[in-house]
Amino acid sequence: MGLFALEGVGVATERGQVLHDVTAEIPARGVTVLVGPSGAGKSTMLRLCNRLEVATTGRVLFHGEDVVTIDPLALRRRAGMVFQRPTLFGGTVRDNLAVALPGADDATYAAALGRAELPSTFLDCPADEISGGEAQRVCVARTLVTDPEVLLMDEPTAALDERPRFALERLARHFADEGVPVVWVTHQLDQMRRLADHLLVVIAGRVRYAGEVGALDSHGDPEVSAFVGGAR
Amino acid sequence: MIDTDVTGAGVALSLLLVAVAIALSWWQRLGLQRPLAWASVRAVVQLVVVGTALTIVIDEGSPPALWWTWVVVMVLFAAETVHRRAPEVPSARWLALSAYGAASAVTLGVLFGLGVFPLEGRTLVPLSGMMVGNSMNATVLVARRIVEELRDKRPEVEARLALGQPSREAARPYVRAALRTALTPQIETTRAVGLVFLPGAMTGLILAGVEPVDAVLVQVVVMYLVLGAVATTTVTVAVGLARRLFTSDHRLVRLPRPADA
Repeated sequence: MGLFALEGVGVATERGQVLHDVTAEIPARGVTVLVGPSGAGKSTMLRLCNRLEVATTGRVLFHGEDVVTIDPLALRRRAGMVFQRPTLFGGTVRDNLAVALPGADDATYAAALGRAELPSTFLDCPADEISGGEAQRVCVARTLVTDPEVLLMDEPTAALDERPRFALERLARHFADEGVPVVWVTHQLDQMRRLADHLLVVIAGRVRYAGEVGALDSHGDPEVSAFVGGAR
Repeated sequence: MIDTDVTGAGVALSLLLVAVAIALSWWQRLGLQRPLAWASVRAVVQLVVVGTALTIVIDEGSPPALWWTWVVVMVLFAAETVHRRAPEVPSARWLALSAYGAASAVTLGVLFGLGVFPLEGRTLVPLSGMMVGNSMNATVLVARRIVEELRDKRPEVEARLALGQPSREAARPYVRAALRTALTPQIETTRAVGLVFLPGAMTGLILAGVEPVDAVLVQVVVMYLVLGAVATTTVTVAVGLARRLFTSDHRLVRLPRPADA
């Protein structure tokens, strides 16, 4: 059984149909990369997993259970999300971590920072005075405070330079190796090749390829070939 | 009090002040001559109609049903105005109606329930007018500000929701900021009263010949009424709106940005 399963999922918004009858599975280990051109529906697929978005048709399963039957607040703590831009709240880094887990002791917060490869001295830093790469890692730490079973990462390096980008990729790999699966959205093929254990190629609201990265180039779908070739 | 009565000739002479405003607009080429004239005429007509109607409503023999009808119409009209001035706010009309309902219950409940004023048309109608009229701006302001804050800070709000915060908690910092913005001017006004300006009710009473100390007592009550009404309406609208902008499964609804005017 997969970690997440989408069964005939369609999503319609006032902008039109974002996803069309998507059936796909996200395995319970490693790094799964959702790749595709901008506006293909990758982020929507990710947001379905923690119910920031709901399916218009079909259903989304988490460990075989329909997400609409799970308390959304509990689901979001089990499936932690990191967004495209580092979104820190006011106050210090400690205040930020306390939003996720109010009233915890500094040792707990420091442990979360440590998992995101940040020193505990960061706890007293004003959140608006740290660099973009560090801010994104604070966001990762803030998500880790709730001890999630899976990390959903929505183009988390889009706003970062090369060095912090690679650092965050290494971190994702580390989490997956530790047993916390990662679902990573990107439109960059080089990043996809560095990270993916499992791959879903999303084009125009449909999953056109699901499988290993190695088998991608020999895949016969012309749209997938055009995307992989054109974006290279 | 006779010596402070304004005669028809007096009103006509005061039109000179409108003429000054129009002349200034013409001199500075503001193009506001027509709106100025129209607004002045319209105000006279509206006030004459209202004055005549008020004479009937607050007459000693008038039935209480008539007073309350006046209050209800005023509240309906205010709710409609809030809806018109804040078109981007979902359910603005209903939120304003419930806010004025709550504010009426609280303010009129205290003033008449505790016997601060006797319940008569002469007291109920003008006090309700002060309550509704003075809280309208703050109601519009708080509603617009909350929609704006949640729309512009969507990434922050969603980051909070994604951490498992319930929608009410996720919205709290933005709702609080909006409420502070809406309430602060009223607090400032209350603080500056008497020093910087003389409020309308007091000025009116003094012009009508009432002893200044008596006028002050009425003014204090009216000021507290306004403060209570503004706080009640804004908080009711804020709480209702924050609830209305999230789904029951704690998602922020889409809030399209209106086209630039």
